[in-house]
Formats: sequence, structure tokens, C-alpha cells
Amino acid sequence: MTEPPRPSRPPTQTGWQAATVVDVRQETASAKTFRLALERPGPFRAGQHYVVRLTAPDGYTASRSYSVASAPDDGGGEIELTVELLEDGEVSGYLHEVVEPGDRLEVRGPVGGWFTWDADTPALLVGGGSGVVPLMSMLRLARMRRREDLIRLVVSVRSPADLYYADELPGPEARVVYSREAPPGESRPPGRLTAEDLLPAPDRRTTTYLCGSAGFVEAAARLLVEVGVPVERIRVERFGPSG
Amino acid sequence: MGRPTRGFFGRGRRPAGDRLPPGQYDTGADWPVLSAEVTPRLDTAGWTFTVDGLVERPTTWTWDEIHALAPSSYSGDIHCVTTWSKLDVTFAGVSVDTLLDVARPLPEAHFVLARSHTGYTTNLPLADVTGGKAWVVWDYEGRPLPAEHGGPARLLVPHLYFWKSAKWVSGLALLAEDTPGFWEVNGYHDRGDPWLEQRYQGD
Repeated sequence: MTEPPRPSRPPTQTGWQAATVVDVRQETASAKTFRLALERPGPFRAGQHYVVRLTAPDGYTASRSYSVASAPDDGGGEIELTVELLEDGEVSGYLHEVVEPGDRLEVRGPVGGWFTWDADTPALLVGGGSGVVPLMSMLRLARMRRREDLIRLVVSVRSPADLYYADELPGPEARVVYSREAPPGESRPPGRLTAEDLLPAPDRRTTTYLCGSAGFVEAAARLLVEVGVPVERIRVERFGPSG
Repeated sequence: MGRPTRGFFGRGRRPAGDRLPPGQYDTGADWPVLSAEVTPRLDTAGWTFTVDGLVERPTTWTWDEIHALAPSSYSGDIHCVTTWSKLDVTFAGVSVDTLLDVARPLPEAHFVLARSHTGYTTNLPLADVTGGKAWVVWDYEGRPLPAEHGGPARLLVPHLYFWKSAKWVSGLALLAEDTPGFWEVNGYHDRGDPWLEQRYQGD
């Protein structure tokens, strides 16, 4: 983060547009992926997010940001947002309980130009729970571009039932760490993420993308520093309880 | 107003009523932590705060020196661009006016670029940090400001979205021209007035 800001602003599409829900998939008991066809499709970068806005009949609105899980190359003007159902979540609750294919939502984006990866530099991706979502966009991009050599993903989840994108994870470049309950045959006993899980330590050219709850991020950042990652090579996205 | 979303009636309306800017909800007792960098652990013994750029007297204060200035506090609401607002919070520290009284801005200074010990930056019109509207704070609800919320000291500009209230603040540079900071380069608004919903560039 000591890098100076880039001189030019990356393209950000700021207007609201309609998006049609074309598919809804259950990722886990508390997470669904919504595939949206955008009215005005545009480019985005892996790691960026979109804002979803809901409008009540009286004009009241509620909006929340959700990271894109699909890869930029997954074309057709469609994006996938994975949404975790939060307790009392006004927007996540609506998306989970009401939305079905054919519904129209308002979205705005892409947003964010810092937590992004373009498949041209080495990257270590570290995610906790739902924090895997923007990292999945990066992993999928790497696989589509056949640049798995540039990337390594470590994702920490409580149990196999909490793993998003289970049919695409793990892989040679993607490691899943279970903190409470491991699947049968897993040699690593369940336990919190450790420094060893992050080895081999990335070199100085590698950017580390760290995403998860505030608690996970702080704990993982300490481990990354322990294995020798300079703090300024870590980019962070904290997933807050934002409904 | 956009057309209604099928089956959405909203349950976020709170008694907070007109204290919430458009599109915001009351986060209650929660205080979400959002930042783009690893939380730094800064030692107050080596901490400094500097006002420089277009000023008559560029000035640096140590932790003890800034605490010796006239205290000032803010009680009210804060609003994050990610749509949460937190009502009735109290911060204490020093008014930015007090710091500028010492450094004396030159007439051509119209903007500030706040910077942090982590390298984070954010830009503001000078008029948004003068006249009792901005503070450097180190105390939250009577206790030291926690590191994850910007401690030991952060900028506080509560009438703008909270990314303008730079965590781990290290100084202000006074400038003639507006110079986009970290999030502003990345698509966020140069001013960030929550009542005008100035979230992104172009709003």
C-alpha cells in the first residue's frame, strides 16, 4: 500500500442498470450464486464488485456490494455474484428468499480498482469462508488463460459443508484448509490456518490478496508476515456484516 | 426513483428516520472494519503528524505535542459508503482548525491530501476540513481508538463518507489543485457527501 496511486483512473461504470437473473445456484446452505445478464455489459477486472440495489414500492431503497465470482473472460455480458445469507440481512435475505430466474435487479459497477488481478503477475490468494468469492474470479481467470503457474489459492473454511465452489476446488494451485471438521481422507487435522499452510513463502514479486472477515484478515496477515511477506505486498478486502 | 423490485418491501426503515442519509442503514452497536491494508501497529512514541504543502509554517507534532493542544470532540453520526451508518458516536482529539492555525495555509491552498502511515491517501476540499468540521482523533467513547479503527489516531470528517476519515493518519498536505487519493483514483467520489449520495466518480 506504499505504492503510489496509479496516475489514471481505471474504468468504472457508475450508472445504474438493469440486470436479469438467469440462474440461481446454491453453493452451501447459506450461500447462493446469482448469474446476472447485464443490460449494458462492460469489462471488469477479477476482484471487482457490483452494487445491487433493491427498491420498495414506496421508493425506499437498500443496496449492498457483492464481489464478482465469475471470471472476466466468462463472456456473454453475464456476471455471477455469490451472496452469503446474513442473519437479519435485509438485502441478502431478499436475494436468498425471493429472487428467482427471470427477476430483474438494479446493479451498478464494476467498482474497485485496488483488489484486482489481471493474470499477468504472480499472486498468492488467501481467503476465509465467503472471502473466497473475489479470489475465485481470479482463479477462474487464471485457469481460462492457462496461467495457473502465476497463482496459488489457500482457502480456509470451517467444514466441507461450508466450502463454496466445491466442485472446482481444490486443485494443484488451490488448497483447502479446514478449521473445525475435515473431510474423510484429509491428512491435515482440522485447525485454524497456520503459517505452514501458506508455504512456500511467496517471493517479493508476488502480490498477496487477502479476503475474509476482519478477524480472519488480521490473523492471516500476521501469519503472512511471519513467513516473510512484506506488509506492503498484501492487498486486503474485508467482508463486513453489511446485510 | 427506480422501478420497484418484485417482492421487496424493505425492512431497514428505522426510527432513526431522517438522520440516515439516502441508501444508508443503521448498523446499531456494530462497527464494521473496512480497509484495504493490513492493520499497522504504530507506536505512539515514534508517532508524528505533519501539516505541510502550501502553508506558511510546515509543522510536525509528536504524540505528546499534539496532546498539548486545545482538546476538541465530536458527538454525532458517521456514514460509510458501504451503506452502514453509526449513530451517536463520540470521538475526541484536536480540531484540524487548531492545527491549521499553527501551520497557516497560504491563500492559494484550496485542497488537502490526507496521508496515512500506511501510504493511504484521500483528498478533500480545504473548506471541508475547516470551520469545526474535521478532527484528528485518538479517543473513541472515552477509550484509546483501537488500531483496527485507525488508532492511535485517525482523521475524522464526519459530514463526508467515512473513507475520507483516513485511518492511521500521518499528515495533511495543502494543495492548490485537487489530487485524487487512494479510493478516489479507484473510482470513488472526490468529495463524498452522503446526503448527496456522492459515492462514485460521476455521482
